[in-house]
Amino acid sequence: MTVKNSVRIGTEPNAVARWVILGVVGIVFAFPILAMVEFTFRDGLSGAHTLDHWTGLFDEDAARTYRNLFTGIGNSLLLAVVTVGIVLVVLLPTMILVHLQFPRLRRVLEFICIVPITVPAIVLVVGLAPVYSVVVQVAGGSIWTLAFAYGITVLPYAYRAIQSNLDAVDVVTLSEAGRTLSADWGRVLWFILLPNLKRGVLAASFISVAVVLGEFTIASLLNRVNLQTALLQIGSSDPYVAIIFALLALLFAFVLLVSIGRIGRSRRTGSDS
Amino acid sequence: MTVANAPVLVSDVAQAQPGRHPITEPAGPTKRSLLGVLARYLGLAPFALYVLVFLAVPTVLAIVTGFFTADGGFTLDNLAGLFSPLVLATFASSFWVSAITAVIGAVVGALVCYALLGTRAGGALRSFIDSASSVLAQFGGVMLAFAFIAAIGSQSLLTLWLKSTFGVDIYADGVWLYQPAGLLVVYTYFQVPLMVITFLPALEGLKTQWAEANATLGGTRLTYWTRIAFPVLAPSFFGSLLLLFANAFSSYATAAALVSQGSPIVPLQIRAALVSETVLGRENMAGALALGMVVVMVVVMWGYSVLQARTSRWQR
Repeated sequence: MTVKNSVRIGTEPNAVARWVILGVVGIVFAFPILAMVEFTFRDGLSGAHTLDHWTGLFDEDAARTYRNLFTGIGNSLLLAVVTVGIVLVVLLPTMILVHLQFPRLRRVLEFICIVPITVPAIVLVVGLAPVYSVVVQVAGGSIWTLAFAYGITVLPYAYRAIQSNLDAVDVVTLSEAGRTLSADWGRVLWFILLPNLKRGVLAASFISVAVVLGEFTIASLLNRVNLQTALLQIGSSDPYVAIIFALLALLFAFVLLVSIGRIGRSRRTGSDS
Repeated sequence: MTVANAPVLVSDVAQAQPGRHPITEPAGPTKRSLLGVLARYLGLAPFALYVLVFLAVPTVLAIVTGFFTADGGFTLDNLAGLFSPLVLATFASSFWVSAITAVIGAVVGALVCYALLGTRAGGALRSFIDSASSVLAQFGGVMLAFAFIAAIGSQSLLTLWLKSTFGVDIYADGVWLYQPAGLLVVYTYFQVPLMVITFLPALEGLKTQWAEANATLGGTRLTYWTRIAFPVLAPSFFGSLLLLFANAFSSYATAAALVSQGSPIVPLQIRAALVSETVLGRENMAGALALGMVVVMVVVMWGYSVLQARTSRWQR
């Protein structure tokens, strides 16, 4: 992309400066994660190393010892699925509808979707407590109802992912072409719009899963068990297992977010060829 | 927020409706198109209802509960409580933790972005740092607290090695990791990647032609940076700085998992108020604290959006 200039006219740093900066920052940022890995192999305070903490996960009574943790993981996965459902069933159709039929409402929709950044979870939870005392009466106290709150938490991320895809595709022309060829709205949505919005929809879903799996504030203050609250709880009794699962969750989030980048890139290179 | 849309909705129908789909919908307000309009507005209902119940109502409740006593009577007592020395000190330390980590995060993050200038946009290095940054910017909360306890806790390899090899005890004055000073170190860990994500697009927006024009006119690298790059990048840099501040200011989970004693920052003060019902002997203090936080967040995010609007001028 850049031609090697014989005269350096401005912007770029030289190679030494570049690698010094990236090297130092890289080492500092890799260190805590490597320290977590090292910690999982520690044999108590003796200074020796052992595989016991990892193999202990496959013990016969592991399911009982870490029951709370597995409940938390199950709850978080369920919440991730329901939250993605809310994004796909409530947010996505609304965004398409506003894009096609109410162009003047685009700014309003954008504003609403950005509000959860300005009203952080710790503020929202103060007002969510009374709301949930009603929700529990209506829908029962099962864990999945927490996804209603998480749908709000992921709003800014999901909105941005879908909107950038909507802006890149000529949705209006596509749907009018479909309508002209006498397809009804259902067919236009399913066979024309969704395939074109696949990238944005996938990215929105993945980032929503990543955010839900990392959520702690609302679950902990509404006294629900999810992955993060269970991790904190088990951290005081068995820090090794807590850190093993924290590492696994981090790895999972990394895979999810890297695949978002991949989806974006494959699309870009695809349009070039 | 949703109520305020009503006038917009009405004027929208009047102007946008005719001739929208000339083939499928014949012009003129027939019964069918009226039904169609109604159906379209019904399509907005699920989202409007959802946002109303789970965003608007909780936000309003969070802000107004501070004005009421437990029996429902109106009071300004909680609001006055915001100005008690203890709460003011909490806001001050929240402010400093956010400001310091935002400045460190912004400077280090901008340096990383600068180091990436001239690397290939779709190349392996750029995309690795892109992905790693988006993961680490999300890496807050319990797991981050664990990472730092493993990395620089009192039993970590680094701490023990510094002590045994150099005789340096980083915790000679007490274990600061579990105090606000520790938050400075830990928050920086998610601030730098957030800066990389938000600032890199602005830096990529610097056009090679500007550097060429500067060189053609006899400018040096110094004049390029002082006269062109800095003025162009400044709104984006300070905007990102504000975003980082807001990010740290509203962050709860990391502090909740790390801080062992007391409630030195506002989010932890809200937890204390929620859990024990009474802080400073006042009921519904959580609502007043939430109001205080929202005021700060609105000011900061307003500044962010103003600066962001200036930034986008150069990114067209």
